[in-house]
Amino acid sequence: MSNKPNTYSAVAEVAYKRVRRSRLQRVKLGLSKAPPTAWFGMIVIFLYIFCALFAPLLAPYGEAEIFPEPFAPWSSEFIFGTDQIGRDILSRMIYGARNTVSIAVATTALAFLIGGSLGLAAAINMSWLDQFLSRLVDVLMAIPSLIFALVLLSIFGSTVTNLILIIAVLDSTRVFRLTRAVSLNVVVMDYVEAARLRGEGLGWIMRREILPNILPPLIAEFGLRFCFVFLTIAALSFLGVGIQPPTADWGSMVRENASLIMFAQYDLKAGLTPLLPAAAIALLTVAVNFVVDWFLHKTSGLRDEQ
Amino acid sequence: MHPVIKTVLGRLAMGVLTLFAVSLIIFSSMELLPGDFGQAILGQAALPETVAAFRRELGLDQPAIVRYWQWVTAVLQGDLGTSFSGRNASGVDRSREVVDLVLPRLRNTLFLASIAALIAVPLSLLLGVTTALYRNTFYDRSVNMATLTTISFPEFFVAYLLILFFASLYPIFPSLANVDSDTLFGERLYRAALPALTLTLVIVAHMMRMTRAAIINLLASPYIQMARLSGASSAEVILKHALPNAWAPIATVIAFNLAYLVVGVVVVEVVFVYPGIGQLMVDAVAMRDIPVVQGCALIFAVTYILLNLLADIIGIITNPRLLHPR
Repeated sequence: MSNKPNTYSAVAEVAYKRVRRSRLQRVKLGLSKAPPTAWFGMIVIFLYIFCALFAPLLAPYGEAEIFPEPFAPWSSEFIFGTDQIGRDILSRMIYGARNTVSIAVATTALAFLIGGSLGLAAAINMSWLDQFLSRLVDVLMAIPSLIFALVLLSIFGSTVTNLILIIAVLDSTRVFRLTRAVSLNVVVMDYVEAARLRGEGLGWIMRREILPNILPPLIAEFGLRFCFVFLTIAALSFLGVGIQPPTADWGSMVRENASLIMFAQYDLKAGLTPLLPAAAIALLTVAVNFVVDWFLHKTSGLRDEQ
Repeated sequence: MHPVIKTVLGRLAMGVLTLFAVSLIIFSSMELLPGDFGQAILGQAALPETVAAFRRELGLDQPAIVRYWQWVTAVLQGDLGTSFSGRNASGVDRSREVVDLVLPRLRNTLFLASIAALIAVPLSLLLGVTTALYRNTFYDRSVNMATLTTISFPEFFVAYLLILFFASLYPIFPSLANVDSDTLFGERLYRAALPALTLTLVIVAHMMRMTRAAIINLLASPYIQMARLSGASSAEVILKHALPNAWAPIATVIAFNLAYLVVGVVVVEVVFVYPGIGQLMVDAVAMRDIPVVQGCALIFAVTYILLNLLADIIGIITNPRLLHPR
């Protein structure tokens, strides 16, 4: 903590006051110790958020604005060329940040809302509710989630709302298991018992007694889940059953421009075009992983035993 | 009864129960369809009688329990129903049996998945064990970095990178893996090279990291330290002390990743236009051809459950503590 006197004196010890750092100071200190990989991750995430928020200002053209020349080469007019029906790739990449990332964030948040609250409730109320939910989750997790998502999408159809709901419900199973497991250790604490005896309701115990104590693993899981959801949505869109055109989305952009890759022999830039949205997906996932790694390291001291 | 047999039987019973629950879920996908889907499939011009006949053929005039029983007994006899596509308003039925669609493609998918598994499993076990033994060296760090990056990449990014380098810039392999039943084995292998390589790269990363974590976890346990302190050579420590306890985690890791292969195969098949069951399923989803989706989902889910069941059973029967009860 703050500087201690080198020599001992009783007066100094009595006068010595430990200064508690404010939240801002602690955050600053933590950031200054962050490794370069974490910094890299945070800068990338910040840039993506910036792009997503100010997409209409940054993009040179509109999201679905069509120009006469399809598959135009890279030029000063169209920096990354145009796609199969003549839409500017760069603009669609920027709008894609807005659509793809916000859908993934919404899905992850919903998954945490469902899985987290049910997990907490199951851990507090260790009765039929816990049994029922745990068995249900076992069954849902017995089917690979991409396959399950495909089945559900074939029934309900591919709209953005359905996509968010389906992926959120399927992913909430994993959040449920984690929340339940970590909160089981907290539920047995005396202060939870005290709150219960005081007559606090289920909602209060969940929010005020347990949640603050299980937050670090949940935040780390939020990052990892986000990556997973993001990759699943990208994969579904790539397969053509996720986010539908004309909405700009990185997964479907890869699919639409994939044929260009065979022209790499003649024009390397054209061959790189379909890889750009895929690289955008990969870069964000790597960045989030770096930040989560650092965060886990910091909060739990989780590391390989020496 | 021997405790091993008892535990295995218990696990098998759980597996059967899970299969039952999964079959219920997949069956109910037909229940969840909107009421007018018969009209939607047959077209607006379909006469009410044609729609009614179609509904009768699907058995929609019977209670759900009866239909579930008929569906399950048919599936067990290898009949997955009839595809929705190929039907039209005039009532002429050109639809095909789902089994006829699925079987040849299933063979292709199994071929692709087994090549990927044959390369990936030994490679990742080797990498996992060596990185665990030489951990925190330069070798360990670089392998870790490479695998962490590969895990974060979507499968189609890896696939297109490989196409860019090995099919477009340096045309060594074909970018389209179109095989049919007449393709010879060598030719088939050559055409499936890039999809198999993609799958291998994706699962090696996962499998190697999990193997490494399992081995490190094991090597940190007190009884390994005890064996080291008592003067056993490192080969002896690994082979005699660590390995018997490592089979269970390694089997879990392999099964988990083979199950992951099941999912990865869907995307990879679409990228390389490989005529496998994953591509069939994606096409069926886009056309909302429910019987085909059900059939494919059933195959994927059963494979996934059986692999996990197998891993659990291997874990149980190799567990030294259960094999030699006190």
